[in-house]
Amino acid sequence: MKTSLLTLGVLLAGSALADTQTNIRSAIEQRFYFQDGLYPEQHDSDLSVFIEPELYYSINDGADSLNFKAFFRYDSRDSERTHMDVRELMWLHVGNAWEFRAGIGKVFWGQTESQHLVDVINQTDFVEAIDGEEKLGQPMVQFSLIQDWGTLSLFALPYFRERTFAGMEGRFRAPLRIDTDNPLYESDDEQKHLDWAFRYMGYLGDTEIGLSWFDGTNREPLFVPAMTGDEQVLRPYYAQMQQIGLDMLTVVGATLYKLEAIHRKTDQDSYYALTAGFEHTTVGVFETAYDIGWLMEYQYDERDEMATSLGQNDLMVGTRLVFNDIRGTEILIAYIQDLDESSGHSGYIEASSRINDNWKWRVDGWFFSSDAPSDPAYLLRRDDYVQLSLEYYF
Amino acid sequence: MIRIRSFKPLFSLLLSLLLVIQVQAQTAEEKGLAIAKERKQRDLGWQDNQAEASMILRNASRQEIERRMRLLTLEVQNDGDKGLTIFDQPADVKGTAFLNYSHAIEPDEQWMYLPALKRVKRIASKNKSGPFMGSEFAFEDLSSFEVAKFNYKYLRDEQYEGMDCFVIEQQPAYEHSGYTKLITWLDKEHYRAQKVEFYDRKDSLLKTLTMHDYQLYLDKYWRPMKLSMKNHQTRKSTDLITHELRFRTGLSEDDFSQAALKRAK
Repeated sequence: MKTSLLTLGVLLAGSALADTQTNIRSAIEQRFYFQDGLYPEQHDSDLSVFIEPELYYSINDGADSLNFKAFFRYDSRDSERTHMDVRELMWLHVGNAWEFRAGIGKVFWGQTESQHLVDVINQTDFVEAIDGEEKLGQPMVQFSLIQDWGTLSLFALPYFRERTFAGMEGRFRAPLRIDTDNPLYESDDEQKHLDWAFRYMGYLGDTEIGLSWFDGTNREPLFVPAMTGDEQVLRPYYAQMQQIGLDMLTVVGATLYKLEAIHRKTDQDSYYALTAGFEHTTVGVFETAYDIGWLMEYQYDERDEMATSLGQNDLMVGTRLVFNDIRGTEILIAYIQDLDESSGHSGYIEASSRINDNWKWRVDGWFFSSDAPSDPAYLLRRDDYVQLSLEYYF
Repeated sequence: MIRIRSFKPLFSLLLSLLLVIQVQAQTAEEKGLAIAKERKQRDLGWQDNQAEASMILRNASRQEIERRMRLLTLEVQNDGDKGLTIFDQPADVKGTAFLNYSHAIEPDEQWMYLPALKRVKRIASKNKSGPFMGSEFAFEDLSSFEVAKFNYKYLRDEQYEGMDCFVIEQQPAYEHSGYTKLITWLDKEHYRAQKVEFYDRKDSLLKTLTMHDYQLYLDKYWRPMKLSMKNHQTRKSTDLITHELRFRTGLSEDDFSQAALKRAK
């Protein structure tokens, strides 16, 4: 009797410290493309919806928690873009100066804005966004030590996620279909190859320093022409890679200086790449409450013309206007110039503002120009678009 | 016994004479600084606290909107305090968290955690004068009170809301403040700020902050349950309302690290 009362007491005490949170993010998005597609199957507009519910449950005063986040998208044009994903299903235990995570999750590494070279844990959900900012959930076990000298994290990644690609009716695609059902792997373990990574993050005076190491399946595929039946396709090829990464950020007055540099080694390649730049912010411009930020970043890839990334010798300049109003209005405009190829440039705009506590509007636009068939952006030269979104948050 | 008693009036007289001389010798700046030191002294030793709060933002046409948040604060001896703010409302910023290490003279160190990107972003916090979450509070208004942050000047004694108050002028000693000076009304009984006037870079009155509903915690520490900031130039206002406040909850430095910021929920 005593024991059961005690147990009940402990349970009640436990539940008193339990915390549950639910979030929903959802949107309806309409895209308009300015030009006819390069391929006859493509469309000039696209209506799409997504929903991302999240459930968080914690016990033991937050020492143990479980976070679940799912994602569903329906796309009216591209069946490959209609997809779902478990973005997160993660158990977290917080110890005294250490953390342990196990499950599916997302990890971000790095400091720069225009591209994320160092950030290699998660696969890009490429049908979601061409800027590579959207990621697929990654199965992982993570152990972190949080000490005065910095944070050291060790990752074991037991399962590989394939990159998503647009289908024949979608935009942002190659002339041939990418056969995502038949990928090729360098490793015999294929998707079950166990990848390892570690990261150190610490401070040297006012400078934040991140050092990272990754050994496993390259998230970025190469493409191998092949025949599926009588259709010519491109099969994604996922090689093994070793990457060492460095990222730094330092604050000087109202300016942030940012650097990301990597060395990546695969069977085919061994190269350096970097992104370096700054962001300077001025508050209270034009006698208003507005903040204005100026961004400039240089992108370099040693492989030059052979680079698979868009930024091999490119300069990004951008400006971010923050209204500091109750609607949280923000506008970001950026322009990227290829320094080798004057015709190669692209630009984007992102603007958003709250309508009320639960609704928000957003406008995104991307513009591409390229006359050089060797430039990866050449494939996107007719894919300029503007997207209007109405977002719901709960 | 008798002899001692007979000396007592003389002793008191001497003492009060000494005091008068001392007060006369004290400049307005010295008196202002002494009051600021006493104000800080009375608020030492609270260790940490956790609050649930709302910001009510009103525009010139009196439309209002509510922001909800949780604030964790750690007292740091001989430096500015550390703070972690987790936003609960509006829904699009739910889970966004803000970490601040405030310093007396050096710029604060600030980070923002964006949960959708799982990314911690550093903020160039030289910009102390920028508004906090679209409110009428600037970052520097919410930073912890440290004696070294200002140069002081005692102005006068004055009654405010029936309380005997010191009126002190404070000039920011740190760089990049949005203000030339602050005029603060401190009640003489408990050295609590009751009203603050903020003067902009052109030295004209920009904002007035008033404190309401002071509550006593741990028998020593007074905290206002409502801070009301009015901007005279835009006619916008913000109320910062504390719904619940708990002291000595066992927070430590570990709860104010970048790792803690990333797991803030």
